[in-house]
Amino acid sequence: MQLARVVGEIVSTMKDPNLAGLTMLLLQPLSASGEPAGRTLVALDSVGAGVGENVFFVRGREAAYPFYPAEPPADATIVGIVDHWSIE
Amino acid sequence: MQICRVVGTVVSTQKNKKLEGAKLMLVQPLTLDEKPRGTTLLAIDSVGAGVGDKVLVVIEGKAAGDALGKKAAAVDAAIVGIIDAVDVVA
Repeated sequence: MQLARVVGEIVSTMKDPNLAGLTMLLLQPLSASGEPAGRTLVALDSVGAGVGENVFFVRGREAAYPFYPAEPPADATIVGIVDHWSIE
Repeated sequence: MQICRVVGTVVSTQKNKKLEGAKLMLVQPLTLDEKPRGTTLLAIDSVGAGVGDKVLVVIEGKAAGDALGKKAAAVDAAIVGIIDAVDVVA
């Protein structure tokens, strides 16, 4: 899993039927110090996250699990909103 | 998922049996300011995308196989949506 900031939203009308009703958000992965780190990507949202929030997301086949028994075509899904984090 | 532009189509006659009937497209990943980023890749299309469309590409085997409607298909990327708009707020 990885930290990221939600930086935008995706609007798509014509899409896989298994994505109907799901929110797609634009994520900027973050380093532990909160700096942008790496490519932006689009993730599904399973927790009600919104633009500007810090979240963590899971990649890979596991990205579909939060929607079980539905199986949306997902490779990244937001699974938590971060209240705060600290590094030592 | 990656935001990509459909830049071409791929025609293949001799291919893995599981890929029969698959519509293969060449997609170019984009940065947020719509510049090409990285190498183009092949993705199967299940939503009726065309050349020039901005699309969502899922890069994960199981999801791509599902989009193709076949189990254990040798695919690793699929177009799963045509993008109407990207609202970048931050």
